[in-house]
Amino acid sequence: MGRRLLRNPLAVAGGVIVLALFAAALLAPWLAPYDPSDFDAAHVLEGPSALHLLGTDGLGRDVLSRMLFGARVSLMVGFVSVGISSLVGVTLGAVAGYFRGVVDTVLMRFVDVMLTFPTFFLILAVIAYLDASIWNIMLVIGLTSWMGVCRLVRAEVLSLRERDFLVAAEALGMKPSRVILRHALPNALAPVFVAGILGVAGAILVESALSFLGIGVQPPQPSWGNILTEGKSTLGVAWWLSVCPGMAILITVLGYNLLGEGLRDVLDPRLRAR
Amino acid sequence: MLSYLAKRLAGFVPLLLGISFVSFLVMAMAPGTPVDLMTDLNPKASPEARERLEKYYGLDQPLYVQYGLWLGRIVRGDLGTSFSRDRRPVLDKIAEALPITLFLNVLDLTLILGLAIPIGIYSASHQYSFADRATTVFVFVGFAMPSFWVALLAMMLLGEQLGWLPISGLRSLDYDSMSLLGQAWDRVRHLILPVGIAALTGLAGLSRYMRSSMLEVLRQDYIQTARAKGLSERAVVYRHALRNALLPVVTILGLSIPGLIGGSVIAETIFAIPGMGRLFYTSVLMRDYPVVMGITLIGAVLTLFGNLLADLMYVAVDPRLRKR
Repeated sequence: MGRRLLRNPLAVAGGVIVLALFAAALLAPWLAPYDPSDFDAAHVLEGPSALHLLGTDGLGRDVLSRMLFGARVSLMVGFVSVGISSLVGVTLGAVAGYFRGVVDTVLMRFVDVMLTFPTFFLILAVIAYLDASIWNIMLVIGLTSWMGVCRLVRAEVLSLRERDFLVAAEALGMKPSRVILRHALPNALAPVFVAGILGVAGAILVESALSFLGIGVQPPQPSWGNILTEGKSTLGVAWWLSVCPGMAILITVLGYNLLGEGLRDVLDPRLRAR
Repeated sequence: MLSYLAKRLAGFVPLLLGISFVSFLVMAMAPGTPVDLMTDLNPKASPEARERLEKYYGLDQPLYVQYGLWLGRIVRGDLGTSFSRDRRPVLDKIAEALPITLFLNVLDLTLILGLAIPIGIYSASHQYSFADRATTVFVFVGFAMPSFWVALLAMMLLGEQLGWLPISGLRSLDYDSMSLLGQAWDRVRHLILPVGIAALTGLAGLSRYMRSSMLEVLRQDYIQTARAKGLSERAVVYRHALRNALLPVVTILGLSIPGLIGGSVIAETIFAIPGMGRLFYTSVLMRDYPVVMGITLIGAVLTLFGNLLADLMYVAVDPRLRKR
């Protein structure tokens, strides 16, 4: 599997981007040339230079340092919200697919209902009640994006359930929870994993949009989205404040998408032709 | 066809109930009751007035009774009153903003379809050509591009630096003093950026689906047959393959409607367009719960009808479904 993945140049590119992002986020305190919250009144809104590689913002803070710390936000939001959505989606999907009948019908209608809400509306509506903080954002993104995984796992469990090895497990008198956990789920994990990687990209996009609108990660904590907010207010003056964080989002999301698509090709030969 | 429509509409009832229930739950989760919020803002509110309000909202009743009462009001078109200073009915506020959002979304969608379908067809029928590879790259980049960032860059370049296009609102300040033709041109100029950017970022996904679905169809036996009987490639692609390739695209179209509606929050906020998205955003900031809930509910209902529309298109494209 690994070798096949390495032979796919786009997936490798995606993997390199994702690894680089991990390194940047984890090593941010050592890589960053300045403290991301240090004001410097003498160097306000200065363009890129040898002193400040990506320029400074309206308070004289070093943009490169803020971007590096912003990478931590993206990384965390991506993984925590996908963790939440995978947990909810896999649990509900496995339950629906295994028990079928009324349980399945009720859960699937609930998925239909959740899918008719424009996700962005639902997220914003909840943010209106809760305070905008990174934890609430991750929770809300996770709780509004599990439906795809749920359907996927349900379909997978539903078909696996009819296979001989599961019928045998049941005939041996195994408990449903054990049958699901030990036998059905491991077989359904590959597509969930791919959906998760693609989901990280989606979550990063949503977080950056929320932060950009001022209802996501709150300043002074730096996030790519809220650096862009300042880019909007200094539109004609400081192009680097708009260009740099946007590029970072673009490259990161691209990396996860490439890696996800590459993994899908490797894990699911049926889809390879597309 | 009519019985199909009736069946679909009947299927809406449980979905609508579910939507209203989730909306109600989200509202019930909110800290404080609507009465607290109303009386907090008004120091003159007497305890009696409070009680009256509580009775009106049924807050002295158990949760399921409250849901019933609320549902009853919704069905009668009473979405409550905005908490903002104007105290207007929520429905009026939404009715004012909704047509703008719908108009923009229809325009976006028309442009997206008009471009994505030909691009997809071309890519599929010229697989691995330079143009196909170029579109594939564009698709991946387009998927990853945050639309608000593209909007920002376009505003910076076309609006601020070059001064070609206006960057906010739907018309200029001196709109009223323009000639009729000038007014029309002014409106178009204001639409170019918001619609263009929505189309650009929406294009990627749909052209990709069109391409893969076309590739799938072109591999079928009946396409081989059509080619074998000596039809031109043009006739094969446009007369035999296109209709079949459009089916999955219609499905994706239905699924993408909530994203489009939700996306209008970002677009309308950036370009200061007084539509439903911006109304929603400002209501969230002001914690104007009745408006927030009203728009969430209407957004879901719109999605539902969008899906119905997609289904009807599906029937129109696929004659096999018409008999049912």
